[in-house]
Amino acid sequence: MAILVFLHAAVQAGTPLLFATAGEILTEKSGNLNLGVEGLMLIGAVFGFLAGNSTNSPLLAVLSAAAAGALCGLLFAWLTVSLRANQVVTGLSITILGTGLSGFIGRGLMGKVMSESFTHVFRIIEVPLLSKIPLIGPVLFKQNIFVLSGYLCAILLGLYLNKTRFGLNLRIIGENPYAADASGIQVSLYKYVHIAIGGAMCALGGAYLSLVYVPAWQEQITAGRGWIAVALVIFSSWNPNKAIFGAFLFGGLDIIGFRIQQYNLPISQYLIDMLPYVVTISALIYMSISKSGSGNAPEALSEPYFREERY
Amino acid sequence: MMRVSKRSTIKGKYILLIRVTAVLLALISLGVFISFMGHDPIKVYKAMIEGCFGSAYRFKETIKTAIPLTITALGIMLAFKMKFWNIGAEGQILMGAFAGSFVALNFTNLPKPIMLTLMLIAGIIGGGIWALIPTWFKVKYGTNETLFTLMMNYIALKWIIYLQYGPWKDPNALGFPKIPNFVDAALLPKFLGVHLGWVIAIVLVVGIYFLINYTKLGFEISVIGNSENTARYAGMNVKGIILKTLFIGGGLCGMSGIIQASAVSGNLTYEVSAGVGYTAIIIAWLSGMRAPIIPLTAFLFAILTQGASYIQTAFQIPQSAAEILQGMILIFTLASEFFISYKVNFDFSNIGKTRKQLKEEM
Repeated sequence: MAILVFLHAAVQAGTPLLFATAGEILTEKSGNLNLGVEGLMLIGAVFGFLAGNSTNSPLLAVLSAAAAGALCGLLFAWLTVSLRANQVVTGLSITILGTGLSGFIGRGLMGKVMSESFTHVFRIIEVPLLSKIPLIGPVLFKQNIFVLSGYLCAILLGLYLNKTRFGLNLRIIGENPYAADASGIQVSLYKYVHIAIGGAMCALGGAYLSLVYVPAWQEQITAGRGWIAVALVIFSSWNPNKAIFGAFLFGGLDIIGFRIQQYNLPISQYLIDMLPYVVTISALIYMSISKSGSGNAPEALSEPYFREERY
Repeated sequence: MMRVSKRSTIKGKYILLIRVTAVLLALISLGVFISFMGHDPIKVYKAMIEGCFGSAYRFKETIKTAIPLTITALGIMLAFKMKFWNIGAEGQILMGAFAGSFVALNFTNLPKPIMLTLMLIAGIIGGGIWALIPTWFKVKYGTNETLFTLMMNYIALKWIIYLQYGPWKDPNALGFPKIPNFVDAALLPKFLGVHLGWVIAIVLVVGIYFLINYTKLGFEISVIGNSENTARYAGMNVKGIILKTLFIGGGLCGMSGIIQASAVSGNLTYEVSAGVGYTAIIIAWLSGMRAPIIPLTAFLFAILTQGASYIQTAFQIPQSAAEILQGMILIFTLASEFFISYKVNFDFSNIGKTRKQLKEEM
C-alpha cells in the first residue's frame, strides 16, 4: 500500500514536468528549440502566485500565468523566427531573464500564503467511475483539478498533433518548412502561435508549483525541472502520451530521495538526489545509441527558416 | 513595402556600432524600468559606478568578480567556437574545485609553490574530465550535449553538497556543515592587492588568443565550427580535436573553480561557482567568441554584479535586477545580430497603387 501512496505522490510531483514537457513538445514540433523552459516555469510560478494572491481568484491566477508564459514565448518567437537569432542562446537568455524577473517580483511575495477559499479549489477530488478502478484508479483520478487537467492537456495535444489538419501542418513545418511554405502554409504564423501556446503551457507547469504543490513562492521553486522537461521531450520521442509516463516517472525520482530516508539505507540522501539527473543522462545516451531514438526529432529542429533561401 | 535581404559585406565599425547600441538600449530600458519603480535612474547608475570604483577596496572586489568570469568564458568560448554547446561550465568549475581541494586537504605538508601548482593542475584535470564525459558520448553517439552537460552541472552540485555534509565535513565546526579551511600553503597569494588569479587570467587571455590564431589546433577549431564536413574532407581528426578542445575548455573552467576556492573562500563549498558558469556563457557569446574582448565584457558584467549588490542596500533594488539586466543585454544583442546579417529596405513607392496599376507596371 505504501507503494500506491508513493505513486499518488509521484503523479503530483510529475505534473509540473508534464505541463512543461507538453508545452515544449508543441514548440519543438514547430521546429524551434526553446531552452527557456526553466525561465518560463519561473515566470508562470511568480505571476500565477502574484495574481492569485492579489485577486484571490484561482482562475485569474492560472490565466495570468498562462498569459505571462505566452508573452515570453512570443518574445522567443520574435527573436528566433523574425530575427533569425541562434535558438540555443536565445533560449538561455529567456531562462536568465525569467530567473531574474521572477526573483525580482517574487521578493515581495515571500512568506505569503493563499487563503482558504483559494486552496479549497485545488483540493483532492474523486473522478466518478474512473477513480474506482482497482489500484490505479485512486492514484490517477483521486487528484486535484490541476493534475487532472495535466492529463487532459497531454491527451488533447496528442490528438491535435495527430488527428487535426492544423497539427499535420505544424508537423510538416517542423520536418521541412520549405515544403510547408511551398504548399501554402503560413510558416511564421504557425510558429508564432504554437511557440506562444507552448510557452503558456510551460508557465502553467510553474504555476502548479507555486499555487498547488508547495504552495508558496520560493526563489528556486523549479529547481531545474525546466531542464529535465527539455530532456523529457527527447525521452518521450516527442509523443505527448509517452510524456505522461515519463513525467510521472521523473516525478517519482524527484521525491524518492526524501522518502527513502526512513529506511536508513547506507546511501546518503544527497547521492540519491542525483537520481533524476543520472536517469536523464542515461535516457539521453540510450536514445542516441538506439537508431530510432532521435530519429523521431522534427528534422528542421533548431534551424531558422529563411524564406529567401527557398530557391 | 519592407524587404529583407542578406548582407554580403559589413564594415567592422558598423558591427561595433550596432553592438554598442544594443547594450545602450538595454541600459536605457532598465533605466525606464527603474524610474517606474520610483527611483531616479541616473542616481541609481551613478551609485552602481561608485559601488565599483568608489574606493580601492571596491575596485579590487570588482576585479575579483571579473577573474572567474574571464577564465570560464575563455573555456566556454573554445567549445562554442566548434558549435559544441557546452552549458556545463558550472559543473566543470565545481569539479575542478573539488579536485584541487582534494590536493589541498590531503597533502597539507607540501611547500606553497608545489602545493599551488599541484592544485591548479588538479583543477584542470577535474574540470577537463567532467567536460570529457559528455563530449565522448556526443562524439561517439551524437548524444545531445546541451542537456548532458547541463545534467552534469546538477550532479556535480549534489556531489559537492554530499561531500560538504558527509565525508568531508569538518569535525571541528561544531556541527555546522562545512569543509575544513585550507592550510595557508594552499591559499593563492596576492599580487598588487588582488589575488594572483588576475595574472593567471591575463596570461590565459593571451595564451588562448595565441592558440586560436597561431596554432594548428586553433585553425582546426575554426574549421570545425564553420563546417564539420569540410574539416573531415580536409583529413582532420574531427573526433580527436573535439575531445582535446573540450578537455582544455573544461580544464579552464576547473582552474577557475579551484582559484575561487583557494583565493576567495579558502575552502570548498557548493556555492563556489555562484552561477559563474552560466554568466560566462553570455560573456563568451557577447564577446563574439574573441579572446581579447572577453576580459572587457567580463569586467562590464562584474560592474553590473558589483553595482547591483551595492545599490541593493542603498535603493532596495534586489540583486536579481542585475540578472534582468544581463538577460536584457543578451536579448538586445541577439536582436541586433539580425541587423548585422541582414539589410532592411523600405520601399514605399508601391503604397496606394491599385492592383491594376501594379499589373500595368509589370
